[in-house]
Amino acid sequence: MAAAAAEPSSELPAQAAISCRGLVKRYGTVVAVDGLDLEVRAGECFGLLGPNGAGKTTTIEILQGLLAPDSGDVRVLGLTWKHHEAELRQRMGSQLQETKLAEKLTVREMLTLFRSFYQRGASPDHVMEVVQLTEKQNAWVSKLSGGQRQRLAVACALVCQPDILFLDEPTTGLDPQSRRQLWDVVLRFREGGGTILLTTHYMEEAERLCDRVAVMDHGRVIALGTPRQLIASLGAEHVVEFALADGAYLDDLVLRALPGVAAVRRDDGKTRLTVARVHETVPALLHLLGARGAALSELTTHHATLEDVFLGLTGRHLRDD
Amino acid sequence: MTDRPNPIVQLTLWRVRDFTREPEALFWVFAFPIVLAFALGLAFKNRGAQVVRIGVEAGAGAEVLAQTLDAAPKVEARVYHPADAGNRLRAGRVALVVVPGDPVVFRYDSTRQESVMARLVVDDVLQAASGRREVRAVKDERITEPGARYIDFLIPGLLGMNIMGTGMWGVGFGIVKSRNQKLLKRLLASPMKRRDYLLSHMLARLVFLTLEVASLLIFGYLVFGVPFRGSVAAVAVVVVVGALSFSGLGLLVASRARTVEGVSGLMNLVMVPMWIGSGVFFAYSNFPEPMQPFLRALPLTELNDALRAVIIDGSSLAHVGGLVVALGAWAVVTFGVALRIFRWQ
Repeated sequence: MAAAAAEPSSELPAQAAISCRGLVKRYGTVVAVDGLDLEVRAGECFGLLGPNGAGKTTTIEILQGLLAPDSGDVRVLGLTWKHHEAELRQRMGSQLQETKLAEKLTVREMLTLFRSFYQRGASPDHVMEVVQLTEKQNAWVSKLSGGQRQRLAVACALVCQPDILFLDEPTTGLDPQSRRQLWDVVLRFREGGGTILLTTHYMEEAERLCDRVAVMDHGRVIALGTPRQLIASLGAEHVVEFALADGAYLDDLVLRALPGVAAVRRDDGKTRLTVARVHETVPALLHLLGARGAALSELTTHHATLEDVFLGLTGRHLRDD
Repeated sequence: MTDRPNPIVQLTLWRVRDFTREPEALFWVFAFPIVLAFALGLAFKNRGAQVVRIGVEAGAGAEVLAQTLDAAPKVEARVYHPADAGNRLRAGRVALVVVPGDPVVFRYDSTRQESVMARLVVDDVLQAASGRREVRAVKDERITEPGARYIDFLIPGLLGMNIMGTGMWGVGFGIVKSRNQKLLKRLLASPMKRRDYLLSHMLARLVFLTLEVASLLIFGYLVFGVPFRGSVAAVAVVVVVGALSFSGLGLLVASRARTVEGVSGLMNLVMVPMWIGSGVFFAYSNFPEPMQPFLRALPLTELNDALRAVIIDGSSLAHVGGLVVALGAWAVVTFGVALRIFRWQ
């Protein structure tokens, strides 16, 4: 691994907003990031998707120059942290997980403070408008709701008009409406030509915001592509889930023989079929159950999501809750 | 594009706002030292010679003995049953118990200063009443001149203590809280200069210093007539250098601590010895001779000595130059070490 750090910088593509090769970070015996390669193109919104502990935060903090990797090579905007830290800090915006801003400052004061660190940037007025906090400009940070605080955190990242925006789980713990408001801010930044790297464990967020997604598990990228490509990699775009009243399972081979079934998986008393055409599979399934005299206790269908991709790749769910 | 605000000004404003928007902090910085000075000043003000309380054990001749003693100025004598008298002596409600008889017995704890004094007074009264003749004429002259009283010693000491306390707490708490909230890490992700951040803590201290110092000195002057004999410039220099050295010490103490509890413990570890040993409430010359050089090297001792010299004695700045330089050295060294070992995440 260490040898990889010496040379390959020249191989990294120049047009990439962010690129890293062979990134490794250990905490004691725990390997948080295990030989990670990534490339984020300028102007795209790139998502790191994975469960807690997958190494997303460690990765994004290394890319932001907040943590030093044990080995590996990082380039941001074609520059390295070692030689161009001052310039990079001027050109990136950052929102970190769990950061609490100064409680006793008002929204405007907080933004003015962050603005003062940068040589160029937007006015606090402009940024407040972008994140819809103009009405709250004189409210103390401690009086803001969770969604408002998170929008302020993103506003602090936008006040320097960054080329790259790093967002670490920007909507974790927010209600659906606050989440959508924050998504609008992110989408607006991307429309203006900015590059975004975000981490999330909400597949809906990744599907909605991201041009491309890297699915992470145990410090590695286990799948990479557009949300559509990843879902298509399942071989079928729908999921049929059912459970039998007596808790029994049907034979996999029998299920696989049903029309349109691409994969069969058993999970916690339920059977999940990844299927191409729900309207063909479901009647055939019901016919089969009727012939065997088995009764259903549950039957649901949905469009395959990144959650299904993760489940298909690892056999585990993205989130425990 | 907008005009860029000045980062040091903004960081300092943040510190100032954090402080002024916290009513409790305002109390501890401005009201508490005044309350303390008032209470201690009253306790020691104009008490003159104290009344000596004497217990006389019941028995033959006790009443007459008590009356004789009670008639003397500044002596209050009462008759108690032996057990009661013993209890009162232990509790400190009488300084000395007199057992009538021949000889008269004085029962007291010789390590208690007031008991030793009571013994001298009672002996004097009894001998005089029994016919002793004075062989030498003497005359009392009590000092009440401002500048030589306990309160004149106390006010500069409290001022020094307050500069230490607000410097260390003000700086240390804010830093550890920000570190705990991962706010320091967020600042680190920005191009903010680390030196600016630490400097803003020291600068913010100076903003409140004038108010803090003036309120206590004016209070001492108006209520107790504590004199102000030095030049304002000399006091200002001593106070500013003192405040910088303690905010530097605050930075150092907060440079590694992760929790508020952790930093509180460290603060106390640093401050309590100085409360006791640096001559805030009583002169550090009370400590054994071998300890003196160490006590004199403590920043609060240096500050208190310099403050007393310029405020009460009216010394010039040149006269306390050595102390000011030593304080300045504390400021520079603590700031430098803090910047080097500071934990940002």
